[in-house]
Amino acid sequence: MDIQNRKLIKIATAGSVDDGKSTLIGRLLYDTHSLTTDKIEAIERSSKQRGYDYLDFSLATDGLVAEREQGITIDVAHIYFNTDKTNFIVADTPGHVEYTRNMVTGASTSQVAIILIDARKGVIEQTYRHFFIANLLRMSHVVVAINKMDLVDYNEDVFLKIKSDFDALVVKSDFEEEQITFIPLSALKGENVTRKSEHMPWYVGNTLLDHLEVLEPEDLQESTAARFPVQLVIRPKTEAYHDFRGFSGKLYGNSLSVGDRVTLLPSGTESTIKSIHFFDQELESASPGSSIVLTLTDEVDCSRGDMIVKSGEAPKSEKLVSATVCQVNSKPLQVGQKYTLQHGVNRVLAKVERIEAKVHADFSGTEDSDQLKLNDIGKVHFKLSKAIHFDAYHEAKPNGAFILIDEGSFDTVSVGFIQ
Amino acid sequence: MSNLFIPNPKEAESIHILREVAAQFERPVLLFSGGKDSITLVRLAQKAFFPAKIPFPLLHVDTGHNFPETIEFRDQLVKELGLELIVRKVQDSIDQGKVREEKGRYASRNTLQTTTLLDAIEEFKFDACIGGARRDEEKARAKERVFSVRDDFGQWDEKNQRPELFDMLNGKIQVGQNVRVFPISNWTELDVWEYIRTENISIPSIYFAHKREVFFRDGLIWTANEHVYREPHEKVIEKWVRFRTVGDMTCTAAVLSEATSLDDVVAEIRESSISERGARIDDKRSEAAMETRKKVGYF
Repeated sequence: MDIQNRKLIKIATAGSVDDGKSTLIGRLLYDTHSLTTDKIEAIERSSKQRGYDYLDFSLATDGLVAEREQGITIDVAHIYFNTDKTNFIVADTPGHVEYTRNMVTGASTSQVAIILIDARKGVIEQTYRHFFIANLLRMSHVVVAINKMDLVDYNEDVFLKIKSDFDALVVKSDFEEEQITFIPLSALKGENVTRKSEHMPWYVGNTLLDHLEVLEPEDLQESTAARFPVQLVIRPKTEAYHDFRGFSGKLYGNSLSVGDRVTLLPSGTESTIKSIHFFDQELESASPGSSIVLTLTDEVDCSRGDMIVKSGEAPKSEKLVSATVCQVNSKPLQVGQKYTLQHGVNRVLAKVERIEAKVHADFSGTEDSDQLKLNDIGKVHFKLSKAIHFDAYHEAKPNGAFILIDEGSFDTVSVGFIQ
Repeated sequence: MSNLFIPNPKEAESIHILREVAAQFERPVLLFSGGKDSITLVRLAQKAFFPAKIPFPLLHVDTGHNFPETIEFRDQLVKELGLELIVRKVQDSIDQGKVREEKGRYASRNTLQTTTLLDAIEEFKFDACIGGARRDEEKARAKERVFSVRDDFGQWDEKNQRPELFDMLNGKIQVGQNVRVFPISNWTELDVWEYIRTENISIPSIYFAHKREVFFRDGLIWTANEHVYREPHEKVIEKWVRFRTVGDMTCTAAVLSEATSLDDVVAEIRESSISERGARIDDKRSEAAMETRKKVGYF
């Protein structure tokens, strides 16, 4: 099978210091033969230098010098492995309190979250936070990997206690029970990672890899209305394509077909899809996720930042938006501040009107606050220079999220999920 | 619904990124080495802007130690697609006294490229340099962003990177800064090869098995010619080899291979037990070799 038809599953991992997250990923790489001889040799060399008598797989993933020195993961690392049927992308995100930013980032491009729990420690405050973020970002599926089962004698009671503690959290979230899967494992020993453990006959479920492989990307994708944000107008001005005027972009939410009646935003002009192009092919219909070029039957005014939707399926268009915001920069967000708001590929100016509350990232409620510091999450009201065309994040992810760009440094300082 | 087009998600993502570059920057350039990754980028760029032409030039930083097959291929491709090609030579940077040629057993012009590249960025005022680096290549690259902001000195501040959320790309920069863009960040070596096969993209002949004069050193296979330093006791022999990456002759090792077609190459990569950069002599200098070079502006 090749790249065209192998399915793609994107995973974000979260765990606390010493939960063995890097070891788990190293183990997945090792067991799927994704670590090559020279990489294994490098791991052996480094493990030996550090005086370990086992292979430290975490050395395969902790990329930066500072991380190797401290033995912790600072930044999101992307790791790739594949089986015959599936391509996997893992966003390995650090799980310390101060690195909420990284987990939000890693989770934003993933469908599945793996939350690691140390069997000896059980559900801890960090677990609350990781699950809170998985819930906030509305991940499609969560795997609770209860690691280091070898250190608790593969005891089922330990597993059941952690599961019941975690279930108490699930009740507070928007997740349905079937979206959460618990797997007892030992990353170091390779039990229930890719090989069924003989030490845990009481566990009848799949190994971690088998479980990840049976997930279907279609099931992990939400189906909503078609949204086509225009990236660039394509005007070749060549002999062969003298009058060609195409709108390029990536399609989200649902498919579009030739002949569909569409509305352009913000103008409200209606037209019909004349053709859909992908390179030199002309398509009848394209499914969500396609990067395509559309032409319309009418001469219309449409440029970058505009949105093409099916007529009768318009999103909300408003200048006042409220959103749950996560601060991802050390410069705090404060009332009265102005930012560039980027919603998809569209940019407007935004002013912070009001911070309604700071949200505790552990399901314990909210508190009043006049600013959001790095890693804080809060409910914020914005006033925009122009209306944006959005859906609520809980209804349509890609069209319900935005970033805020600082006007001075141009850094990305916040991410917002529109309510 | 009949004939519903289902995209290859990695290809669709790369096209989205390339369009963002064209929309957000004034003077983008595609860094073209003649290797398979930059050739793949050219195909993706064709797809992103079709039926219009690729709206940016290619820049080749020529070390002077390139495989002649690569240069020939480069010129052919540029001609076929009607692209603009800019070439800047490391030899010129040496002649201007900006960098000094390395001497001895492991001498290579690979590190020297950085100066030539940074000079070219300044000369043409490029604000975005599109490169074919992939996160699976190397552990420091695994942390690289799709839009990676560099300062006036081309430096990479790995601890202070902009987070990239969903597929929203923030290309806003200060005067003097520029962005390195990596559209195939999420591709693996196998993805690239399978794509080249599916799309039937032509690539330089040195990617396929051929007879070559080589010598062995440190367990690696080196090309034997005037650009590569060789000790008298290092015997030249003829072997069937191919290259998995195409860099400078002085830092790219060959692998023994009989793969003469794309199918053979894909099969070989699948079975292979040596990772791609394992044949890059420049990475073996130390565990942090890549990170150290990236910080000072290496591509």
